[in-house]
Amino acid sequence: MIKMTGVQKYFGDFHALTDIDLEIPRGQVVVVLGPSGSGKSTLCRTINRLETIEEGTIEIDGKVLPEEGKGLANLRADVGMVFQSFNLFPHLTIKDNVTLAPIKVRKMKKSEAEKLAMSLLERVGIANQADKYPAQLSGGQQQRVAIARALAMNPKIMLFDEPTSALDPEMVNEVLDVMASLAKEGMTMVCVTHEMGFARKAADRVLFMADGLIVEDTEPDSFFTNPKSDRAKDFLGKILAH
Amino acid sequence: MSTLWADLGPSLLPAFWVTIKLTIYSAIGAMIFGTILTTMRVSPVKILRTLSTAYINTVRNTPLTLVVLFCSFGLYQNLGLTLAGRESSTFLVDNNFRLAVLGFILYTSTFVAESLRSGINTVHFGQAEAARSLGLGFGATFRSIIFPQAVRAAIVPLGNTLIALTKNTTIASVIGVGEASLLMKATIENHANMLFVVFAIFAVGFMILTLPMGLGLGKLSERLAVKK
Repeated sequence: MIKMTGVQKYFGDFHALTDIDLEIPRGQVVVVLGPSGSGKSTLCRTINRLETIEEGTIEIDGKVLPEEGKGLANLRADVGMVFQSFNLFPHLTIKDNVTLAPIKVRKMKKSEAEKLAMSLLERVGIANQADKYPAQLSGGQQQRVAIARALAMNPKIMLFDEPTSALDPEMVNEVLDVMASLAKEGMTMVCVTHEMGFARKAADRVLFMADGLIVEDTEPDSFFTNPKSDRAKDFLGKILAH
Repeated sequence: MSTLWADLGPSLLPAFWVTIKLTIYSAIGAMIFGTILTTMRVSPVKILRTLSTAYINTVRNTPLTLVVLFCSFGLYQNLGLTLAGRESSTFLVDNNFRLAVLGFILYTSTFVAESLRSGINTVHFGQAEAARSLGLGFGATFRSIIFPQAVRAAIVPLGNTLIALTKNTTIASVIGVGEASLLMKATIENHANMLFVVFAIFAVGFMILTLPMGLGLGKLSERLAVKK
C-alpha cells in the first residue's frame, strides 16, 4: 500500500530522514514512536507530500507520488490526514467542514454529502454539534470532527500526526477510541503518537525512530518488552519510568 | 451668507453625488482588481507572483495625482484611449469621469491587495495544509478556505483604504471631473470672504460620507470575526 525506497529528506543542513526503506501492506496499523526531532512527523508528512523529499521514491498503491498539480491533489484525496492542531476550518460549521471536500473534490451532491457527513459525525459521536462552529467545541470533539472530515473522502490510508498531543488528558481517550475502532475495521493507518497504550493495544507494528533513522521495526509486544537498541531502551526507560 | 447658499446650495448635492459615484465605482473595481493581484501574489506560479509584486510596488509608491494625470494625458490624449462614445454630447464629462475611475482603480487596488495580503498572513498555515491534504487544489483552497478568512481579518484595513479612496477622489478635479472639491475651489473664488465657512461645509460633507463607513465596517468586522 505504501512503499518508501531510499528516502532522504533535508531541512537545510539537517538530515531529517535518512535511508528510509519501508513497506506497509494494506490494513496494517503502524505506530511511529521516537523522541522529538527524530523525524517521525516528517516521515508521516512525506507520505502525502506535505513535505517534499530530496532523494528516493514513495509509492502509494503501486503509483509513485506525483510532484504537484492535479495528480498530487487526486492522490491526497485518497490519503486522509489528521493534524496535531486539528486544523478545522474556523469559518465553516462542523457539517460544512466535513462536506467541503466531498462536494468540491468528489463532486458529490450537497444532499448526499450532508447525509454522509451526518453518518460520519454520528460515528465519531458528535452529530448533535453539526451546526456549531469549531471554536465552540472542545479539543477532543474538534479532533473527532477532523477524523470525520478525513473519512468523508473515503481514504485508502489515514495518517495521524500526533493527534492527541494538543489535547487535555481527559480528552485523549475519546480520540483514541475512534482511532482504535478505525484500526479494527481494517483501515491502513500510520500514527505518529506518544500514546503507548494505543501502540500496545491497536498497532500491528511499531517503528521506532531516532535521528532520522528507523531504528526498530517490530511488533508492539516485542518492542515494549524486549527492545533491541540502546536508543529504544533509553526512550522506553524515560517514558515508562513513572 | 445667503448669497453663498444661493450659489452653493443647488450644486452641492450633485457635486457630492459625483464624489459618491467616483467612490463606489472605484471601490468595486479596486476590490476586484485587488483580489486578482492578491491571488497572483500568493499563486504557485512564479511569474504571476513577480508581476503582481512589481505592479503593487510600482503603483503603490507613485503619487495618485501622477496616476490620474497619466490616465488623462498619457492614455487619453497621447494614446487615444477613450472610455465613452465620441459622438455623445457628454463625451468629455463621461470620458474624464471614467478615466478618473480607472486611475483610482489602478491605484487603490494596490492598497486593497496589501490589505488582503495582511489578512492572508493571519490565516494559519495549517489551514492550507488541511485543505490540500483533502485533495483541494490551489484554486479551491484559496477560494473556499484562505480568502474567506483573509477578508474577514482584512475588513478594518480595507475600511481604511475605502475611507482614503473617498477622500482621494478629490484628485479627480485635476482632470476636470466636477466632484465636490472642484465645486469648493469655484465657490472659494467667488466667496473668498466666507473661506472658512466653505471649508467647513465641505469638510463636514466628507465626514458625513466617511464616518459611517468606519463605524459600519468596524461593526461588520466584529460580527464576521472568525473565532479561533
